[in-house]
Amino acid sequence: MSLATLVLLADGRLPSGGHAHSGGLEPQIAAGRVRDIRELDGFLRGRLATGGLVSAAFAAAACGDVGRAAELDAGLDARTPSPALRRASRAQGRALLRAGRAMWRLASLPSREPHQPVALGALASAAGLTPVEAAVAAAHGTISGSAGAAVRLLGLDPYAVHALLARLAPECDRIAALAARRHGDPVDDLPAAGAPLLDIGAEHHATWEVRLFAS
Amino acid sequence: MHPELPHQHEHGPGEAPHTHPEPGVDPHEPLHTGARALRVGIGGPVGSGKTALVAALCRALGEELRLAVVTNDIYTTEDADFLLRNGVLPAERIRAVETGCCPHTAIRDDISANLDAVEDLEAALGPLDLVLVESGGDNLTATFSKGLIDRQIFVVDVAGGDKVPRKGGPGVTTADLLVINKTDLAPLVGADLSVMDRDARARRHDLPTVFLSLAEDRRATPVADWIRALVATRTAVAGA
Amino acid sequence: MRASAAVVAETDGRGGTRLAVLRGESPLLPRRTGPRSAGGATVHLVGGAAGPLRGDDLRLDIEVGPGATLEMFSVAASLALPGRPGPPSRLTITARVAAGATLRWLPEPLIAAAGCDHVAVTRVEVAAGGTLLWRDDLVCGRHGEPSGAVRADTTIRYAGVTLHRHELAVGPGAPGWDGAAVLGGGRAVGTLVAAGPGLPNTGMAGLPNTGMAGLPGAGVAGLPDTGVAGLPDTGVAGLPDTGVAGPNAAVMPMAGPGVLATAVGADIREVRAALDPLCRRPAVAF
Repeated sequence: MSLATLVLLADGRLPSGGHAHSGGLEPQIAAGRVRDIRELDGFLRGRLATGGLVSAAFAAAACGDVGRAAELDAGLDARTPSPALRRASRAQGRALLRAGRAMWRLASLPSREPHQPVALGALASAAGLTPVEAAVAAAHGTISGSAGAAVRLLGLDPYAVHALLARLAPECDRIAALAARRHGDPVDDLPAAGAPLLDIGAEHHATWEVRLFAS
Repeated sequence: MHPELPHQHEHGPGEAPHTHPEPGVDPHEPLHTGARALRVGIGGPVGSGKTALVAALCRALGEELRLAVVTNDIYTTEDADFLLRNGVLPAERIRAVETGCCPHTAIRDDISANLDAVEDLEAALGPLDLVLVESGGDNLTATFSKGLIDRQIFVVDVAGGDKVPRKGGPGVTTADLLVINKTDLAPLVGADLSVMDRDARARRHDLPTVFLSLAEDRRATPVADWIRALVATRTAVAGA
Repeated sequence: MRASAAVVAETDGRGGTRLAVLRGESPLLPRRTGPRSAGGATVHLVGGAAGPLRGDDLRLDIEVGPGATLEMFSVAASLALPGRPGPPSRLTITARVAAGATLRWLPEPLIAAAGCDHVAVTRVEVAAGGTLLWRDDLVCGRHGEPSGAVRADTTIRYAGVTLHRHELAVGPGAPGWDGAAVLGGGRAVGTLVAAGPGLPNTGMAGLPNTGMAGLPGAGVAGLPDTGVAGLPDTGVAGLPDTGVAGPNAAVMPMAGPGVLATAVGADIREVRAALDPLCRRPAVAF
């Protein structure tokens, strides 16, 4: 285990395509549901408890046993009804693998475009990290990307946004620990927390002619 | 990077010692000679004519080279739509990349989406000779990563003020080709092309600069010729 | 209170469906309704008591045999209530749908009354060639009251592969459930899953399904016998183009052989407006 390696993997500057994704925030801003820090707080808490938990569990599971990549990938398909979100997740998984191949010796995966949490788990494994560390990186990633998008889209005070992220850090750890404890479970038993508005928003967003973020 | 080459002349007193490349010798690392296409990045400030240049290059080169285009826009498909409307390239040869408010990030700091787009084009269309990667309009500091492109063109325009070359910035200073566009507007905006030429030479030393009016030269002839030479060099090296 | 109910539908050998088993205990009382002459059987669940209350453990098992068609409704919304301190109330529904069989599960909503603590577990197994339409609506609190706690845990498998795996938690103890990622202040949410032959399988690449859209004849003609005629019009032929069914709803081709529609609303009427048109009976009676 290496804390510096974990920080490297969780760093938003990792060139893995994340900067172009708002984590579902852009459509909710357009729908008028997120206008200020308080509403961003509600968005991030819901995202962390749903997609964050699922991503963390699947990243931890893939880190624990990269040989399960194919079944984990199918498990994420079954948890992602929105085709737009499946595309976004696979695009980010592909980008993550590209970065990971340059950084570590990755195990070969059954798909060149796996879901993002599966790719993240594979990178964490190759980097010598543990499942709970993979889960922390995944949980953190689900909120930090959206938080960055909020600064860009709403012009929110970046200090206020980072203060919010600091408040959410313990919740991020809790979710990651919860996810990592279940990393060896059968795929159907892994967390499946869904977020209806993220699905609906992603489908609407995909039809827009003008959008700033890929998802 | 720049190979040490023998001097062609004596330096005058007070002149800083420097080297000059051999005329006709490309001062850069050799071009990539693998199976993939030559990748040329086209960047520059908003409204300088990047998309119009891409359209002109498609007109000029579309018949002779296997060509595709990746656009990076603030508004997803705006530039790709322009190319489609102008009918310069079929839709399957154009990919648009979303940049999350930050076009320079997508061409420099995190190039993954652009690399995916280039690879997808090559996978879908078979071998290509040339991929043009157009940046979203950004500022004078926006340059392409060498991990994404082989050569880059920076486009500024006369209407942006004749001080732009003097101000420099990474785009003006380091681009492999500087294009000063909209020369037809110079009299209207009071821009002095000779000043721009002088400043560009001072900033760019031996890197080439071309003046262009896409309103008059709809095939961007000097830029198209520059690209033709690159493709020819690369093909010759690859075949050697 | 512990209660269980079972419904087993089989083909009667004459093109119709008979109910080989139809039993229950209060508050889960299934009753056959509708005309017997039709090809399929219709069953309504009749609530025999208040609840579920905290501590209740209810179970409903549904089985639809090869070639049979079963449509299930409930006469009224079910209301999850607090009751005495104790473990959460729990309703477990299992359903098995055989090849060539159709199950349409279209109950009234579950209402999470303030203070309730309820777990709804759904496990559906559809054999290859079976057809399913599965609807779940949830209302977060009665009028003007805060929502109770409900956790829904749903697995739908098709041809031995998990097609849909979904959990939804609302009310106290569910972080961010009323934030803009989950329900965004909406108090009602509905989900409709349609699975079976003739529905799009967009495959791993997530590419939009265009296969059916270009074949107007095939798209509609194949569907009446699948029992999901509401979706074909929108879900197969038209919807992959847009994917949206109103400002707070979407119809989505899943990765496997199915379509999922979901809607969020300020109240259940908005959810019904989005999802009910997708649940209409097929034009040709089954």
